[in-house]
Amino acid sequence: MSDNTKVWEVFIQSKNGLAHKHVGNLHAPDKEMALQNARDLYTRRNEGSCIWVVKAEHIISSESEDGEAFFDPSNDKIYRHPTFYTLPKGSKYI
Amino acid sequence: MSLLNYTLRIADSSLILAQRISGWCSKGPTLEEDIALSNIALDLFGQANGFLEYASKLDGNKTPDQLAFNRNEREFFNLQITEQENGNFADTIVRQFFFSTYSFLFYTELSKSTDETLAALSVKSLKEVKYHLQHSKSWMLRLGDGTEESKQKTQDALQYFWQFTGELFEMDEVDIEMSKSGIGVGNSELKTNWDKMVNEVINQSTLERPVDAYMQTGSKKGLHTECLGHLLSEMQYLPRAYPNAKW
Repeated sequence: MSDNTKVWEVFIQSKNGLAHKHVGNLHAPDKEMALQNARDLYTRRNEGSCIWVVKAEHIISSESEDGEAFFDPSNDKIYRHPTFYTLPKGSKYI
Repeated sequence: MSLLNYTLRIADSSLILAQRISGWCSKGPTLEEDIALSNIALDLFGQANGFLEYASKLDGNKTPDQLAFNRNEREFFNLQITEQENGNFADTIVRQFFFSTYSFLFYTELSKSTDETLAALSVKSLKEVKYHLQHSKSWMLRLGDGTEESKQKTQDALQYFWQFTGELFEMDEVDIEMSKSGIGVGNSELKTNWDKMVNEVINQSTLERPVDAYMQTGSKKGLHTECLGHLLSEMQYLPRAYPNAKW
């Protein structure tokens, strides 16, 4: 395909109301073709009710070398998890 | 008898085009397009299966598989455009665009058929055909309004496939009988809308509509171009060489 082909990231919503989930990527020259390709590549087995495509270059990712600064500080703050509550007896879905 | 013949015509066009397009499988210009074309082929095989099952019921003798694999060239009634070779990518897209535009109009009408089975099969096929049309239309625009080379190849394809578009709107005694009884479609009435839809895309793609000249004909009588025999020999080889083979 021509040089103006770009990589697009694909997000599929499996059911109305649920969050769109990243499923993979594809090549396409523009947004209409990206959407069509996504439909062909990622919804062949009834996976979805809605598709998002986003140009990969528009996704800002954290860098792995920033990992320490980004994620380590939350390691020792166990009070951010609700682990100190006593659950009432008989409550199954908490 | 007319209904059987009418149903077979629809089944055969889907079956033969499906077999043709499946030739792109693993040879598509990109991975994405390879899968898109294979999907279209699978949709068409599915449609063919539905119509062949109905034909088999009407026939009362042959199974759908026997209808697909044990008939000879002259017993197939697919439109000649469907048996034409894949050519280059522009050829495949133009063939698909012409046929899908026709199918869209045809199934829209046939879904109102007084024959419940034909109507139900049409409603199901129509959903798929809408996507095939969108897919081929997108490519028409991009190829026609693309590079000089893609434009030239698409224009050449328009020129070549044009001669097979006359057949889409032909009506013989079977069509007339089916149309009059409310079962079938008045194909000649589809032409105005087909022209309108095709012209619009041709204009938008900055291509030129070919001038009407000699039109190929004959598939309703089982007459075909030489492409069909080669296609059938491949498609039918296994069930003919090993009858009733199972795996």
